[in-house]
Amino acid sequence: MKSVSLVLTLAVAAGLSVQAASAQTLKTVKDRGLLSCGVGQGLPGFSSPDDKGNWTGLDVDVCRAVAAAIFNDPTKVKFVPLSAKDRFTALQSGEIDVLSRNTTWTLSRDTSLGANFTGVTYYDGQGFMVKKSLKVNSALELNSASVCVQQGTTTEQNLADYFKGNNMKYEVIAFGTNDEAVKAYESGRCDVFTTDVSGLYADRLKLANPADHVVLPEVISKEPLGPMVRHGDDQWFDIVKWTLFAMVTAEELGITQKNVDEMAKSDKPEMKRVFGTDGNLGEQLGLTKDWVSRIVKAVGNYGEAFDRNVGAGSKLGIARGLNALWNKGGIQYAPPIR
Amino acid sequence: MAIEPRKPPSQLLPRLQRALGGSAGWSGFVVQLLFVAALAWIAYEIVANARANLQAQRITAGFGFMANTAGFDVNQYLIPYSNSDSYTRVFLVGLLNTLLVSVIGIFFATLIGFLVALGRLSPNWLLSRIAGGYVELVRNLPLLFQILFWYLAVLAALPNPRQSISIFDSLFLSNRGLVIPKPIGEPGFEPFVFALLIALVAAIVLWRYSRRQLFQSGRVIKVWPYALGMIIGLPLLTTLIFGAPVKFEVPVLKGFNFAGGSRVIPEFVALTLALSTYTGAFIAEIVRAGILSVHKGQMEAGSSLGLQRGSVLRLIVIPQAMRVILPPLTNQYLNLTKNSSLAVAIGYPDLVSVFAGTTLSQTGQAIEIIGVTMGVYLLISLVTSAIMSFYGWRISRSMG
Repeated sequence: MKSVSLVLTLAVAAGLSVQAASAQTLKTVKDRGLLSCGVGQGLPGFSSPDDKGNWTGLDVDVCRAVAAAIFNDPTKVKFVPLSAKDRFTALQSGEIDVLSRNTTWTLSRDTSLGANFTGVTYYDGQGFMVKKSLKVNSALELNSASVCVQQGTTTEQNLADYFKGNNMKYEVIAFGTNDEAVKAYESGRCDVFTTDVSGLYADRLKLANPADHVVLPEVISKEPLGPMVRHGDDQWFDIVKWTLFAMVTAEELGITQKNVDEMAKSDKPEMKRVFGTDGNLGEQLGLTKDWVSRIVKAVGNYGEAFDRNVGAGSKLGIARGLNALWNKGGIQYAPPIR
Repeated sequence: MAIEPRKPPSQLLPRLQRALGGSAGWSGFVVQLLFVAALAWIAYEIVANARANLQAQRITAGFGFMANTAGFDVNQYLIPYSNSDSYTRVFLVGLLNTLLVSVIGIFFATLIGFLVALGRLSPNWLLSRIAGGYVELVRNLPLLFQILFWYLAVLAALPNPRQSISIFDSLFLSNRGLVIPKPIGEPGFEPFVFALLIALVAAIVLWRYSRRQLFQSGRVIKVWPYALGMIIGLPLLTTLIFGAPVKFEVPVLKGFNFAGGSRVIPEFVALTLALSTYTGAFIAEIVRAGILSVHKGQMEAGSSLGLQRGSVLRLIVIPQAMRVILPPLTNQYLNLTKNSSLAVAIGYPDLVSVFAGTTLSQTGQAIEIIGVTMGVYLLISLVTSAIMSFYGWRISRSMG
């Protein structure tokens, strides 16, 4: 882990000039023929490789959608698994073009890292998991507990704030990777494991007896997770941002992976703008006119991607909740494509 | 006719020429100067380039962040720390944790190394085979694997706090670590320490006096009963006058964990164990090589003087072997310190974990933080080397 950050740091120090000079990320990606995408190291539902090495997950689908929009081929992605603490350095150094690795959008990250968030792929919040046998029903009963956590995340600060705010004592044990933290929790070193709620559900599946563990009802923080791109290339920023908006818009308009070809023939002015049969919105982004149908054909609309990876159609079975569309009780909302 | 003794020509200029330019003279000096200038230019370019590009991309640079509030907790600190302290404090906490595990690791690694080496050289067949097996097993397995093994083995073997193993109801061993009563100073504390110091100094003076008597007149004075009497008696006397020096805060189970008392966390135990057994195996080989490098005539000469094997080793062989042992031993000490950064795998809050880990990802200032961390390890290594060189210089001086 250390050597990776070291190499990346040196790369940042020595190689930034290359990046700054060639802000044309789209051109770089096209010339390379591959999108380089930073993802997690194995978080079911968001980014995890299967036994054949195929990556799946919501974060992974964002990468595939961007690749589909550029190349009309969702497989033209090189996935770079990154730990929480190496992810920003990898983006800064230019090793990856997009960071899509359940990263929480905060002001300080937006301003001090030389990178921008392009949107919110998943509205999450931090929660706690405990063993059922402890008979704990609320996070407020956790005074004096030992808590396992992955280091290098907003989680550590939220944890400190929550326990301090509720006048509770605790012991924190911070591990380099998520798997190490989960393993220590399972071995009994900690009473509590904390991360974002989506992560808790995903990690619970990895435990020997998932049914022996319970996720507590408290959600102690706002964790809007989204992709990031480097500063200095607004065109690239727009492409990644609008790829996600295209997925949300597709769900709103009822465009699915199955009916996309049918819908493309629609005469409705709104549909014609989205599918590029009228106007050149896609070309304004630096893409092609049919960019939306490329994206939807590759990964489906936002709702389909959600269901397949983390929602009802997956092992995680997480409810849509905040992540439902704005007109269905959630807060997922895309500015209009016109 | 008196011959004027000719003054020898000044050696200053040629000497300077050789020193600066080697055998090539002044032209060599110019080449060297150009080389140094080129290096300086490259270094300047790297720094200036990084700085300019960081600014261009609006990545915050500089060390201003060190004064910001850290906002996260650490579970082992040698100086008072809370989550409202600054990153500077976090840095110090991490540094001290690294130094703690290094110093204790070096101590045990040296102990293990010497014992195993002596065991391996021992005429006892079983002992030497066990020592040999230990060395071959431990030094051929990856260190990270051993750290994880000790951590998970230690954790798996221990019960949860509610069923912890208790010793006299004051020491508790569980998978949260070893909790021991914490001494808290009472009014009698200062006189107690003072008396203890006086007794220790007096005992040392007494011992030196007896040594001198032994060497000068061959008179054997038995000093230890007096010394022991003083060391126990004087502090005891102050306790009777001023009251108990400390009171012990006994840990009690409260909620999920023990409250009160001091605690040794299992991460520390596992890391120290792994580092000292691993490095100990290498030190054992170094010590063995050192001892074997001393001519066996020395051993025989010692034995023929009627000294026992232990005394021969201690007084004759090991002092001579130290000259061979010291340089590679220094390397092992440096390795142990650097390897302690593997702590992050088991959640021990060392410098790399809390500073180059959590602090880095919270502030995103990779260049500054990695730079400082590298500088710190370099400094620790240089200081260790300097201490060992000083020790080596003393040894070589004492042996003439």
